[in-house]
Amino acid sequence: MATGSSEQAVERKRIVDIEKHTITMLVDNKPGVLSRVVGLFSGRGFNIESLCVAPTIDPMVSRITIVTMADPPLMEQIEKQLRKLINVIKLRDLSDTRAVQREMALICVRAQPRDRDEILRIVDIFRCKVVDVGPEYYTIEATGNEEKMTALINLLKPMGIKKIARTGAIALFREPPVK
Amino acid sequence: MKLSGSQILIEALKEEGVGTIFGFPGGTVIDIYDALMDTDIHHVLVRHEQGAVHAADGYARASGKVGVCLVTSGPGATNAVTGIATAYMDSIPLVILTGQVPTHLIGNDAFQEVDIVGISRPCTKHNYLVASTDDLAQTVKEAFHIARSGRPGPVLIDIPKNVSSGTAEYEKLGPVKIKSYNPKYEPNAKQLRKVVDLIKTAQRPMIFAGGGIILSKAAGELSRFARKTKIPVTMSLMGLGGFPGSDPLSLGMIGMHGTYRANMSTGHCDLMIAVGVRFDDRVTGKTDCFAEQAKIVHIDIDPTSIRKNISVAVPVVGDCKTSLKKLNSLIDKADLGDLTGIRQPWLDQVEEWKRAHKLAYVQKKTIKPQYVIERLFDLTAGEAIITTEVGQNQMWAAQYFHYDRPQQFLTSGGLGTMGFGLPAAIGAQTAFPDSLVVDIAGDGSIQMNIQEMATAVQHKLPVKIVILNNGYLGMVRQWQELFYQKRYAATCMDCAPDFVKLAEAYGAKGLRAVKPDEVDSVLKEGLAYNGPVIMDFVVEKEECVYPMVPAGEPITEMLLV
Ligand SMILES: Cc1ncc(C[n+]2csc(CCOP(=O)(O)OP(=O)(O)O)c2C)c(N)n1
Ligand SMILES: [Mg+2]
Repeated sequence: MATGSSEQAVERKRIVDIEKHTITMLVDNKPGVLSRVVGLFSGRGFNIESLCVAPTIDPMVSRITIVTMADPPLMEQIEKQLRKLINVIKLRDLSDTRAVQREMALICVRAQPRDRDEILRIVDIFRCKVVDVGPEYYTIEATGNEEKMTALINLLKPMGIKKIARTGAIALFREPPVK
Repeated sequence: MKLSGSQILIEALKEEGVGTIFGFPGGTVIDIYDALMDTDIHHVLVRHEQGAVHAADGYARASGKVGVCLVTSGPGATNAVTGIATAYMDSIPLVILTGQVPTHLIGNDAFQEVDIVGISRPCTKHNYLVASTDDLAQTVKEAFHIARSGRPGPVLIDIPKNVSSGTAEYEKLGPVKIKSYNPKYEPNAKQLRKVVDLIKTAQRPMIFAGGGIILSKAAGELSRFARKTKIPVTMSLMGLGGFPGSDPLSLGMIGMHGTYRANMSTGHCDLMIAVGVRFDDRVTGKTDCFAEQAKIVHIDIDPTSIRKNISVAVPVVGDCKTSLKKLNSLIDKADLGDLTGIRQPWLDQVEEWKRAHKLAYVQKKTIKPQYVIERLFDLTAGEAIITTEVGQNQMWAAQYFHYDRPQQFLTSGGLGTMGFGLPAAIGAQTAFPDSLVVDIAGDGSIQMNIQEMATAVQHKLPVKIVILNNGYLGMVRQWQELFYQKRYAATCMDCAPDFVKLAEAYGAKGLRAVKPDEVDSVLKEGLAYNGPVIMDFVVEKEECVYPMVPAGEPITEMLLV
């Protein structure tokens, strides 16, 4: 059917254009504000890859960082809808700009005698820290961008990751250099 | 000055110019009701909280003021939700006051506790839970500001019982400023100049006007704009009355049940200037084909409306009235000259479409519902405020009554809420006690809030209800007839009450017409009666609304009579 194929074409185009976006925003630090943001995503069928919230220096204001997947028109809607929320003070899509972005993970990895040296080497190379040492497990604290975290986890996987806690991304726009 | 929370609430409401509240009492708002007794704020006691919200909504739509309602916690608040969602979808400014259990019980599953702030979050423009009596005045101020500014909408304030019964220092507050809320009224001048350039070169331009025209009170500017540029105007359901329906430049309504000429114009125009619309799917049909040949200009105060459903050539974020005013002065300066010659071929084409397929029906032995509306239009000289229920009745009310002024046609467009019409009529009548207010109803919808007859009788609100009684949930039946092989699943309303007796039981007047030649006499008697009336018109059972664009089809592919 003609309509079917055009719809498929549209669908394909959508998939091609979908990109990861990191949105950072300042919001009122009030009860219910996070629900408004999250409710907007679920209610409108937007996707959340990860989300981080914490107060800023100003205790009245929190920063929310959301990573989402969207094609350009959808991203435009997401931004506009978020800006429309009364409690959203400021918002910025950091994907196209210069930004520092970090994630953090605590990884509890199995440390058998034969693997201990290798684990410590990896920890060293990735500039992580061992924050808890047990007879059979190390707990590693790692920070970095998403690629680094994925690479690290892939290297540790063969030794046996018992449990892992990861944060979503947090990000800040880089201040321009002083002239 | 130290006042109780309830007194503060009332002072704050008076500050906002509130003269009328629609409501229904209960345990958690008993203090507020007690304080209300000592004021001159007029309280309209409804019979169901949904009715309170629709009434406040009808009041707001007819008057342009913020509608206010007051309900209790728990079931009172949940009953209000359909009304709130209705107002939200149509951007109607309301402030809904709900009672809440005392703050120390919140979260304890206390008696009549419900998280109405959570429930109403996706269907309010904003909402508040007032944590302390100290915050009450400021919250009310903000709520009214948010409800009526920018793209208007309902704002809910949840007031725990200890907040309304507690005390605090009260002083009058100055205007509010919310740092994260700054609706943009002023359009970008560069964008407007682009619009003027497009108008200069367009061969087949049209204007598509929506509810934003009515909300921003831009009807005058729109008429000037259309007449200056000689561009024909179509309206969404929500836009009806935003441009005079009887004006030669009016194309009538666009969309699923729009006129042939409006939908054909949309398919063939080369410039569409859309003002205060959101391109709902009932308007666009298949979006890929919508106004395919046109450059689209979209003017709206809500940036999220722009490029949500339809991609546009020139987006303009701004208030409809401000934008049209600026456009008008730009056009005056641009001096487009006499456009009559340039426009004529296009206007001739539109006229041809109009002649080819007029809205029409064939009068037989039974009363045709369209005929009732036509007679209502003639007998009222088009001078009534019309509310509607939802379904076929609503579409015939949109098609066969012509609205020459804004705030005259009050209908649930976005949510399509059956049961809206009667309480909305009560609200409109409260705002305009001396106007003729008519609810055009279906036999199904009217039963959804029929209890509000008692409200009309109690408060001496002489609303007129015209039931187009087809014995069916007609619009659903129409879909079943056309797309489900006439399998009328659950749409036959066999067992309806005798509406004449029902009216009488409520202490109102009941009248009935079963033959075409009874229509005029029933309408005349009913409209002249000084009090609420139900007029029961027993109409053709299986009449369909035409034109009809099947859902998801291109708007130019209409089923015609
Ligand atoms: C609250 C609610 N429930 C269900 C519907 C779905 N619905 C849309 S039109 C319609 C039929 C309405 O029947 P009636 O009021 O008799 O009007 P008619 O179409 O017959 O004129 C229904 C059930 C709705 N719009 N609102
Ligand atoms: Mg019916």
